[in-house]
Amino acid sequence: MTVVAEWRAVTKRYGAVTALDHVSLPLVAGEATALVGHNGAGKTTLIKLLLGLIRPDAGTVRVRGTDPAGRGAAQVRRTIGFLPESVAFHGAMTGHELMAFYARLKGAPSRLNAELLERVGIAHAAHRRLATYSKGMRQRLGIAQALIGEPQLLLFDEPTSGLDPASRRDVYEMVDRLRSGGATVLISTHALAEVQQRVDRAAIMHGGRLLAAGTLAELRQGVAAEVRIRLQVRTCSITTVLALLPPQARCIERSGTQLTLLVAPEAKMATLRAIAQAGEVVEDLDLAAPGLQELYSHLVGAAQEEEGEAP
Amino acid sequence: MRLFTVAAQEVRVGLRNRWVLATTVLMAALALSLALLGSAPTGVVKADPLAVVVVSLASLTIFLVPLIALLLSFDSIVGEHERGTLMLLLAYPVARWQVVVGKGLGQVVILGVATVLGYGSAAAALWLRGGVGTQALQAFGGMVLTSVMLGASFVAIGGLASTLVRERATAAGLAVGVWLFFVLLYDTALLGVLVADQGRVLGKSELDALLLLNPTDVYRLFNMTASEAVSVYSGMAGPGDPAALPAPVFLAVLAAWVLVPLALAVAVFRRRPL
Repeated sequence: MTVVAEWRAVTKRYGAVTALDHVSLPLVAGEATALVGHNGAGKTTLIKLLLGLIRPDAGTVRVRGTDPAGRGAAQVRRTIGFLPESVAFHGAMTGHELMAFYARLKGAPSRLNAELLERVGIAHAAHRRLATYSKGMRQRLGIAQALIGEPQLLLFDEPTSGLDPASRRDVYEMVDRLRSGGATVLISTHALAEVQQRVDRAAIMHGGRLLAAGTLAELRQGVAAEVRIRLQVRTCSITTVLALLPPQARCIERSGTQLTLLVAPEAKMATLRAIAQAGEVVEDLDLAAPGLQELYSHLVGAAQEEEGEAP
Repeated sequence: MRLFTVAAQEVRVGLRNRWVLATTVLMAALALSLALLGSAPTGVVKADPLAVVVVSLASLTIFLVPLIALLLSFDSIVGEHERGTLMLLLAYPVARWQVVVGKGLGQVVILGVATVLGYGSAAAALWLRGGVGTQALQAFGGMVLTSVMLGASFVAIGGLASTLVRERATAAGLAVGVWLFFVLLYDTALLGVLVADQGRVLGKSELDALLLLNPTDVYRLFNMTASEAVSVYSGMAGPGDPAALPAPVFLAVLAAWVLVPLALAVAVFRRRPL
């Protein structure tokens, strides 16, 4: 497991606001990491630190062992591709011209630009003015510029915000391809459900603190999030079924023939056995393991309670 | 190398959004109308038509060039910041000073092309009609050069304003304020002070120093006094000693008016948090 970049006990303050509080996180080579959190959780600040745009107040930031805000900054940036959260390129330029400009800045050959535009699917619009591009096309152009010079570390800040579902899927497919090509990818997002199939690791941020980080399996283990069981039962048999269930199973929703339960993982089997005992009255059963979204809500909820601002 | 990449991009944007074209046309139109209409009376007094044009064109430049320079430059950093491209630009292997200096360089090129083509067309028109002396031609060349330097100075000041503020509107307001101060208010205020002072405290050398503190005055002094062919028409040639300072001093001071604001802009931008 090679660490490509890492934040070590990093603290960053803006005046009285602590944007990052003692955050340590490695980015592992060839893996995709999701950086998850609400707006203002500190995601963009982490990315800015990695790009050397700001310096930490405490702790260290390293990209391949180099301080990105130090002497080797230019060299570090040549190996990073970055897509900012919201970017409005100059509308008077064409996609082709913009790519040529960024390629020159990066010292990369411009002849590969056409291929990059092809890869993100906007080669047909390369010679059109950017003012005529749709939001999705501009985002694709943003990704294309991040790919200039074949960077081995890619930082995508909210790559799918404001995109339609088809464009979102395309963006994630591009991320998949990059990862299978050996690149290390960091995606910041607040749509955890969207990325959980696409990433190897996740880091959950809230209010400048890192609440949890690790592979998805590790994260699920670390927090005993409850399993959701949805039952379809015969009319008027809900009370019968409820009476059979062990006390650990909480009923959170009931209607005429449907019942939704939340069960702690250790009581899952006991509950399922109880349901089996109910016999034919239970017509259907749907079991959902805790997803990252539940995990995220759970962690953020706990953090908020700790801060005394529980909802 | 990256400096020139940034500068070239600035020029390309200027060509694309027709800044280059508009400024060139504007400056050519004004210079030509001054040259062709303003030099009409010179036929009688046998004055060099180009020397007369230098005087009137220099007076116009003092109003126009700083305004164009500020309009070109006030947006350079804060505009990129608002569009979200500043962070992206700085994520590339380009140093912050290269961004500030490169953009300024590009804007000076835009202004320089407009000035040389615009004013050059007036000089060419007069040349074709004949009667243009070498001395007046030299003075004209000096005027074009100092016009570009004056422009560069206000490009640097505008760039400094752009790095200081967080919003485009504030930068625009600041640019207007800078223009009003240097172009209109400074001389009026200075005149008021001189009248009130009645020569008790402020002598000739103090006045010279005060004039050097405004780039537009440096420009005016250079162009009105530097050439004998011109100073006759500018009303600056008199029995006294009109040019207390030699021409190279004016050029050096004007160059300082380019470099100091530029250095300040770089220093401010390097500290600017993103």
